[in-house]
This record gives sequence, structure tokens and C-alpha cells, in this order.
Amino acid sequence: MNTNTPLYELRNLSKRYSRGGENIPIFDNLNMSIENGDFIAIMGPSGSGKTTLLNQLGGIDKPSTGEVLFEGQRIDNLSQGQLAKWRSANIGFIFQFYNLMPTLTAAQNVELPLLLSPVKKSERRARIATALDIVGIGDRAHHRPRQLSGGQQQRVAIARAIVADPKVLLCDEPTGDLDRTSADEILKMLQVLNKDMGKTIIMVTHDPEAAKYAKTELFLDKGEFIRRERK
Amino acid sequence: MLKQIFAVTALNLRSIPQRWGMSLATIIAVALVVSVLLAFMAMSNGFSATLSGSGSDNVAMVLRKGAQTELNSGISGEQIRLISEAPGLSRDENGNTIISAELYVIADGLKRSTMTKVNLPLRGVGKNAMQLREGMKITQGTMFASGSNELIVGEAVIREFAGFDLGQEIRLGPNTWKVVGIFSTGGTVFESEIWANAGVLQNLFRRGNSYQSVRAELDGADGLEKFKQWAENEPQLSLDIQTEKQFFAGQAGSLENMVNFVGWPLAIIMAIGALAGAWNTMYASVDARISEIATLRTIGFNGFSTFIGTMVEALLLAFIGGLLGALLAYLMFNGLSTSTLSAGFTQVVFKFEVTAQSVQSGIIMALIVGFLGGLAPSIRAARVPLTSVNGG
Ligand SMILES: Nc1ncnc2c1ncn2[C@@H]1O[C@H](COP(=O)(O)OP(=O)(O)OP(=O)(O)O)[C@@H](O)[C@H]1O
Ligand SMILES: [Mg+2]
Repeated sequence: MNTNTPLYELRNLSKRYSRGGENIPIFDNLNMSIENGDFIAIMGPSGSGKTTLLNQLGGIDKPSTGEVLFEGQRIDNLSQGQLAKWRSANIGFIFQFYNLMPTLTAAQNVELPLLLSPVKKSERRARIATALDIVGIGDRAHHRPRQLSGGQQQRVAIARAIVADPKVLLCDEPTGDLDRTSADEILKMLQVLNKDMGKTIIMVTHDPEAAKYAKTELFLDKGEFIRRERK
Repeated sequence: MLKQIFAVTALNLRSIPQRWGMSLATIIAVALVVSVLLAFMAMSNGFSATLSGSGSDNVAMVLRKGAQTELNSGISGEQIRLISEAPGLSRDENGNTIISAELYVIADGLKRSTMTKVNLPLRGVGKNAMQLREGMKITQGTMFASGSNELIVGEAVIREFAGFDLGQEIRLGPNTWKVVGIFSTGGTVFESEIWANAGVLQNLFRRGNSYQSVRAELDGADGLEKFKQWAENEPQLSLDIQTEKQFFAGQAGSLENMVNFVGWPLAIIMAIGALAGAWNTMYASVDARISEIATLRTIGFNGFSTFIGTMVEALLLAFIGGLLGALLAYLMFNGLSTSTLSAGFTQVVFKFEVTAQSVQSGIIMALIVGFLGGLAPSIRAARVPLTSVNGG
């Protein structure tokens, strides 16, 4: 990989939905690149297409036209199976409502991505413990989601997102369901993951306070980006 | 690959308690299908076992041509004299053939279980009748005295019908009889019969000197052929001759038809109902886990594993239902003694037999219901749109 190659590159990316025979564009001819190690907050009004954009970056939705490149390789033309493999190797997802499996313990939830990797059972256990320690809830490994607070559940979700050591974390409103204190804790944690562990983080948020934790802010409105660097 | 299939399947199975009501309903629906199917099969198996165990290969069964059943048959005293000299029959030390000319009439009986009137076979026999039934013995009382108003009855008759206890007087036809003996034939169809002296019956039922069937002991393997050849060339005789075993096997066909034309269709109609239930339950299962499935797929689990997870849940519910149905059928029907109309319009008493083979068919039927009911929901589980992961 050329060192000048950006982590992500969007080329003339368009996404339209047809609703009642009408073709409604969400965004049109979007071009941008994302560098390795960035922490980007994507902001914008509701319905502006933030989630839709994140889905393109995560390979869980395909553009109407245009290309998505990851490390110089197109991912928008991969098959579903190839995309699943690509996601498990490169992306950690963090959702607004945590999306934990209610019948599994915290540790079992965190184990899920490792089941897709060749990691051995004994090593899995060590990796799970490390991930839970990083997010500070090693003592809750055998609790089920129902027995945890929202903030704690989101920590488990973060542990699940990082356990297989992906390059990228994609977060859609990771603090949208949390109180201020819990939200700040989660955001600090993301900052640490970005700074100390080199994760590239792309976070969608409504919350200007949350966006302050990021290095870069991107406003998405009417299909256009307005970019603002923090430092 | 295997790891992810196991993980998704385990997740599915763990979530069953969240839908236990529907899951239980599916299990019960499948159980009912299987138990109905097994009940019919047990009936057929038991009936066939009773009838096929009834006939002997060494005894020729002689009826009037085209009669098919003893009830419809008639053979005159003159014809019987001819038959008693026929070739192909074995002979005793005095050179006499061992034949039994018998009457077969209908008497009224009362079924103990329902207290309804049913037709019971009343057989008139002579001295050789017992000798021609292998394993027959008087278990209580004695044989009737020749020319008397005495009866002996089969063990199944006592079990299923009222009024035939030993020593009891009973009115059958125009006569009052006394039960003097009870006999066993080891579970064959004869145990459903009442026996009296042939001559007495001929008088009572105004049969003159005629009978309805003749049983004759055959002489060796080619005895039947010789006997038949001879009868065909005898102008005064127009008879159907087969072994007694063949005769009963033909009679068993009627109930097998009932299983094929009533039992299976009924089970299949019920199976369609159970299938709809399984389909519904599995759709609910997938619906309840849309976000869960989408999350797994987003993490990188493939569609095949979510398909298998749902399919295994459906098959497991069906399998449990199948086992439950088999158990139910076994507990309710196995060994159950009952009587039914035989082809001769009289009651044959037999026991239901739930066999390993029919249990196997039942379980296979259950799994087919589970597979078909789970197929569309499983495909849906494999094709959950990943974007529903954001649904919250
Ligand atoms: N599957 C779909 N079919 C049709 N329209 C859709 C679909 N998914 C999203 N949209 C529309 O696309 C637009 C952008 O949706 P998106 O979820 O990306 O917005 P968002 O910026 O994430 O909004 P929010 O801040 O409320 O989460 C919305 O108008 C939405 O209604
Ligand atoms: Mg959104």
C-alpha cells in the first residue's frame, strides 16, 4: 500500500431511493477521502443521509452510482460474501442502541467477531478479557445486557467492536441513548482508542458536544459536505 | 464456518423461551399429526398381525366360487362328501381326510366399551375343527357336548363383549345357550368367535344339510395344487380354494386400505395445519430477531449461518413434537384392544401395535413438516437487509 493512499476514498458517490415512483437523491456526486488515524464526527440535520453514508463506508449498503475505495481497493462491487469477510477483518461497528445479543453474556457478545477469525479458543479468552478491561468492565464479563446500564452496554459493544482489532470503528450516534456523564466517558474512550491504538473512527452524531471529541467535523447537508478541522 | 453456524444456531435456540407459547403450540400441532398417523398405523399393524397370524399354510380354505367371505358362501352336504375324498389332502391312520365343514352365522353381541349392538361371528363346527387350528386350547371349562345348546367362546369375546362369562346363559338367535368353555388360539382372529355344534346351528337357522366353508388339511407342499386341479375338473363343484393364510391376508387388505385412504390423508391434512403453525412460529422467530440477525450479518456472519440457525430451530421443534406424538400414540394406543368390522361384517378383535418402523415414519413426517414450515422463514433470515441494523 502506497503511504499516500487514503484509507477511504469516495468517488462521485450517489445514493437515491425510489419512493412512490419518485427518485429521491440522498446525496449526489460526493467526493472525499478519509486518512488513516482520523477521528471524524459527521453531523447534519435528521434525514440528511448520515447513516446512509456510514452504511456505504461499512459495506452494508451499496451506492446507486460511484465508487467506494478502501486502501485503494473498490469495495462497492464486492459480493455479499466478500463484504462480510471484509467487514469482519476491517470494521468494528458501534450502534446507538448497542445491538447486543440479549441472551448472551458480555463476554459471549464480545466473542462473536472472534468466531469469524482463526483465533484459537484459549487465545479468544485472553482477547475477550483484554477488550473488556480496555473498556473498563472486566468485572461484568458474565452479566447479561439486561443487567447492565446503557453506558455499560455501550462499553460491551465497544469491546466487541475492537476485539478483532479492526482498523476502523464506525459509530452511529454512539451516545444518542446515554446521559451526559456516560456519554462523555464513552467519547473519552473513543478518543483513547483513536490516539493510543490508532483506530480510525468515523462517528455520526447530533450532539455538538460529542463532535468536540473528534479531530475533524464534517457537516452533511443537502447532499454537500462542509469540512472543519479542529487542530 | 462451522464455528459461526454453531454460534448462530445456539443463539436461535437460546431465544426459544422468549416465544415459548408459539413454540409449544407448534410442538403440540406436530405431536397431534404424528400421533394420529401412528394411531392409524398401529391399528393397521395390529389388524394385519392378527389376521396374518390367523391362517395356516397347511390348511385349505374352501368357499363357493366368488364368495370371498364365509358369510356369503354355501356348500352342500353332497359337495362336502365329494371333497372328503379329494386328492392332495392328508389322511389319518384310518385313511380318512381331516376336513372340517363349518357354518358361519351372525349373532348379536353387546360391546362392553360402548354398550352398542354389534355382529358377532357364531361358528358351527364338528369334531375336526379344533385340530385344524394350531395352538387352540380350552383355557377354562370344557368343550361343548355334541348336539347340545352349549357354546364355547374366544378370550377376545369375553374381553370386548358383555354376557359371555363362563356358566352364563345367553340368548343368541332363536335359542338360549350356555357358555361352557373359553378358548384361546394365541391371539388369532378365531378368538373373536363363538363356537357351537354345527348340527344344532343347521337346525336353528334352517340350513338343512348345507355348510358355508370347508377347511381341509393339505398333504405336503403340492397338496393345494393337486386339490385345486381335482376340484376344477369335478363338474359338480364350483369352488374357490386357497390356503387359509392366503384367505386371511386377503381380508386384512380392507383395513390397510382404510389406513391408506383415511389415515394418511387425515394425517397429511393435519400436517398442513401443523406446517402453517411451524411456518408462523418461525416467521415470528425471525421477526423478533431481525435486528439481532442484521447485527450478526454486519459483524460479518454470513447468510448461510442465519439460514441454518433458523432451520435447526424449526427442525428441533418438529422433532420434539414428533417424539411427543410417538410417545402419546404409544401410551394411548399400544396394546389397546379393540374390535372392528372385518370384511365379513363381523367383529374382529385385535390389539394396536405401535412399531419402531411406524415411529420412524412419524418422526420423518414431523421433520418434513419442520423443514417445509421452516424453509421460507429461514430464507428470510438469510436475507435480512443489513440496513435494518440501525432500526434500534
Ligand atoms: N431504505 C430506504 N428506503 C427509502 N428511503 C430511505 C431508506 N433509508 C433511508 N431513507 C431516507 O433517506 C434519507 C436519509 O436517511 P438517513 O437515515 O441516512 O438519515 P440520517 O441523516 O441518518 O438521519 P437521522 O439523523 O435521523 O438518523 C431519509 O430521508 C430517509 O427517509
Ligand atoms: Mg441516522
